[in-house]
Amino acid sequence: MNNDFLDQIFVGAKQWLLSLRPLARAPDLVIQIASSLINIFALLGVFLTLFALISVLERKILGRMQNRYGPNRVGPFGLFQPVADGIKMLIKEDIVPARADKIVHFLAPILIAATAILALGVIPYGRNMTPFAIDGGILFFFAVGSTTELAVFMAGWGSNNKFSMLGAMRAIAQMISYELPLIITTLPVVMVVGSLSPDAIVAGQNGYTFGAVPHWFVATPWGAAAFILFFVSGLVESNRTPFDVPEGESEIVAGHMTEYSGFKYATFFMAEYFGMFAISGLAVTLFLGGWHAPIGGLQFIPSYIWFFAKLSALLFVYIWVRGTLPRTRVDQIMNFAWKFMLPMAFTCVVAAAVWHYQGRGLAGWLWSLAIIIVVYIVLSRMLDTRKKFATRIYRFAE
Amino acid sequence: MSTAAFIIITILTLAAALAAASLPKLIHAALSFAVALVGVAAFFFLLGAEFVGLVQVFVYVGAVAVLIVFTILLTRRDAATPDKFNWAGVVAAIAVFGGLVWAILKTPLTVAALQIEALTVKRIGEVLMTNYVWPLQCVGLVLTAALIGALILVMEEKNSKS
Repeated sequence: MNNDFLDQIFVGAKQWLLSLRPLARAPDLVIQIASSLINIFALLGVFLTLFALISVLERKILGRMQNRYGPNRVGPFGLFQPVADGIKMLIKEDIVPARADKIVHFLAPILIAATAILALGVIPYGRNMTPFAIDGGILFFFAVGSTTELAVFMAGWGSNNKFSMLGAMRAIAQMISYELPLIITTLPVVMVVGSLSPDAIVAGQNGYTFGAVPHWFVATPWGAAAFILFFVSGLVESNRTPFDVPEGESEIVAGHMTEYSGFKYATFFMAEYFGMFAISGLAVTLFLGGWHAPIGGLQFIPSYIWFFAKLSALLFVYIWVRGTLPRTRVDQIMNFAWKFMLPMAFTCVVAAAVWHYQGRGLAGWLWSLAIIIVVYIVLSRMLDTRKKFATRIYRFAE
Repeated sequence: MSTAAFIIITILTLAAALAAASLPKLIHAALSFAVALVGVAAFFFLLGAEFVGLVQVFVYVGAVAVLIVFTILLTRRDAATPDKFNWAGVVAAIAVFGGLVWAILKTPLTVAALQIEALTVKRIGEVLMTNYVWPLQCVGLVLTAALIGALILVMEEKNSKS
């Protein structure tokens, strides 16, 4: 009973707010709108806080990985850095290029932030805690996500700048390419669960073998492969290193964000992080069991804490990858998408089907593992360019 | 509630469609067209056809609008040519409008609301995989053929250059 109370504390709080005196006797329409508004404000509040936290933590973690301190001047451990950054962004001059397409230039950051926030709405953050629970939640996520490409294009075109346009072209090219593996790797999960609703997918990963091994999809071979593919595609979709060629600052200044300054730039920055949260949240929902506890005995800890713990772990990996890998080339990204990611994503679908029709037991587990390993080896043999790498010979320098 | 929403969405969609037809810059027209498509998706949501609305956004805004914008970008620079009044276009538009009006007027509209069950995504999936599995496979075949065709077109261009 006590656990239930903690688990449902936010749901209960919302119910209490809606049952307050002025609202209780209001017509249904008003209650519906109030309920949506509460959801929206809670969502924005949580994720803006997380955004502020992550922006400083990312710099701290990167600093630690590169043997330096990172921000440590503002407040204890530099924790007030985002506040200072926010104030700086707000009072900066907003510069719009004279030859820019003013309306499109102005609308692009709004659209990109709106789509990122909308995508966050369909993810179940805890038991009974989906802000916008619809039947086709996964489809909604991708439909909204595909609109981002248009916003990026608007930013690039509206700026009337060669760097911006180049950056936008790169962004759209890689987003379209990686949308395919991203969607196809969600397909096996949707097939196995038999539903497009995120809540049903989380419910489908309930239960434990021997009370310890959770029934998350990442624990199956096809699930693990799909999770890795999904995560890499997510890196590309949110334009993070090593796939951040759209804003490759050594080549094209900042890509589609070159001509944005002040608060509009901050909006882009926020949208990028929100996109990262959304993709990671969906990865947690699809493969890491959503808000379920990893071990049967740990179910007394509230569901939303588990969700955000998994989300934070994934975000840490994002930062880790950024601190480790150099930026890839555009052609490398494209080749990787079409020649490796896409066939592997289809293999995951086949392996999941085999797993399902073998009765979801050990035999199916081994069969799907075998399929994935064989395809992986064959693919990597076929894609091997057989380039010999030798020590570099310097002709004009010692 | 739904009447008010209907009126607002209608105004937005019609305004966007008008803008798409009349704005001088092609990119603006294409972006307004995308807004009009979102408006159509909103109509589907209003009618409770969630799946169709989502697919509308997914396919038309996510793919078709991006394709249109890209095509405009790759084919022409914005040369501000003064638009000549195109009489052939007017005739074609009136003919299409007349045909549509004729078709709509000829169709007997049942006023009484039909008793239909709620169209869930699950139900659509079930029907697609049972009753309509052959049409689905045929569409898949056509799309695959189109994909391979597009690839071959691109490859031939590459060969002739080298």
